[in-house]
Amino acid sequence: MAEKEKKESLLDQLGESQVWKSIIRSGVPRNRRQRMYAVLGNVFLHLHPARLPRHAVKIGYTWCMGGLSFFLFVVLTITGILLMFYYRPTVEYAYTDIIDLTEQVPLGIMRELHRWGAHAMVLTVWLHMLRVFMTGSYKPPREFNWGVGVLLMTITLFLSFTGYLLPWDQLAIWAVTVGTNMARAHPFIGHEGPGASLLAIGDINLVHMGSDVRFALLGGRFVGEATLLRFYVLHCIAVPFIAMIFMAVHFWRIRKDGGISGPL
Amino acid sequence: MSDKVIPKASINTDSGNDLDRKGFLGWLSVGWLAFAGATGGFFTLMIRFLFPNVLFEPPQSFKIGYPDDFTIGKVDTRFKKKYAVWVIRNDEGIYALSTVCTHLGCTPNWLEVEQKYKCPCHGSGFRKTGINFEGPAPRPLERHAISLASDGQIIVDKTMRFKWEKGEWEIEESFLKI
Repeated sequence: MAEKEKKESLLDQLGESQVWKSIIRSGVPRNRRQRMYAVLGNVFLHLHPARLPRHAVKIGYTWCMGGLSFFLFVVLTITGILLMFYYRPTVEYAYTDIIDLTEQVPLGIMRELHRWGAHAMVLTVWLHMLRVFMTGSYKPPREFNWGVGVLLMTITLFLSFTGYLLPWDQLAIWAVTVGTNMARAHPFIGHEGPGASLLAIGDINLVHMGSDVRFALLGGRFVGEATLLRFYVLHCIAVPFIAMIFMAVHFWRIRKDGGISGPL
Repeated sequence: MSDKVIPKASINTDSGNDLDRKGFLGWLSVGWLAFAGATGGFFTLMIRFLFPNVLFEPPQSFKIGYPDDFTIGKVDTRFKKKYAVWVIRNDEGIYALSTVCTHLGCTPNWLEVEQKYKCPCHGSGFRKTGINFEGPAPRPLERHAISLASDGQIIVDKTMRFKWEKGEWEIEESFLKI
């Protein structure tokens, strides 16, 4: 008993110290109110609700799929940054760098973690969407967050798609060839899509193979060196950046829309 | 404190450089319009930035040699890797087929034994002429423009495409008569 008191006084001392108070202004959280302040005063935690209803932690209700998706995103960010130290996005090196990563670099499992993590994240995002749909959690006042979630799902799929090209093997090249060919058929901005032929000055087509949305995506007329670099930048910088912004909005809105929806 | 005691100097009644409510709102809208214009212009340029001016790809129009270099009845696969065309000579002349599968854009292989182009992606098959006969491909392979240069060499122009289903293989440029 005496020992416990001693510990508490140490904690008290720590809580009263300038270092602690400069980081957590509300001091040592001792009651509900202080714990709430500690959460609200933290830039990362404040995205979350300050208090959780009991049902929100029931795994049978949430499946924890949103949390797992975010966890996998963090895993993918960390392993992805590590992979970037070895991988060079050029036609000459891309394929052999992946072989090098799996066979020679210490902890070759890092690449597998990234690959399987990516597959798993696509799965958890879909299951999260299914759960939200089945529990009716898209209904007002959460309809805006459902929209944000749909965007995040699209971003996840696009991250998966851009990453698929980077190993630069036959599977990657032809999968992306087939995948980006769909962009040809996009209305107005794809050169084989409906309405594209309407965008013309006289006989000159404005939307053609060298000026449509697929061309911008590939950086050329077919999947090549420019595409590899473009997909690399999209995969490592541009799309994760956009994803993080929308994730912040997504988590913040859960709190602002009244926390995780309750069972009906 | 009543508002009557506000010193006169603090109320700007000078004509000349003073800005009334309407004038202020006018300039504010000019400012916002300029800002919107500049931002819009910048984003337009950002999109334009994604469309390169120079491509490091093989040229779209190229010479492939003299008509005598091609054997009657053979599919010439020498230009497949770099230019993505097959050059085929028959009894009447020479035509250049695009190696892009009309299903989803993969590259089929010419199988000499089976005398067909077979796509590895989803199994589409095309006859030597380019006419599809098996698999999911919805239409025949496309022809590119083919003609003779002044030095007697054959020129293939990939910017022009001729589709069988539109009757375009009847067009003169789609077939080089020898």
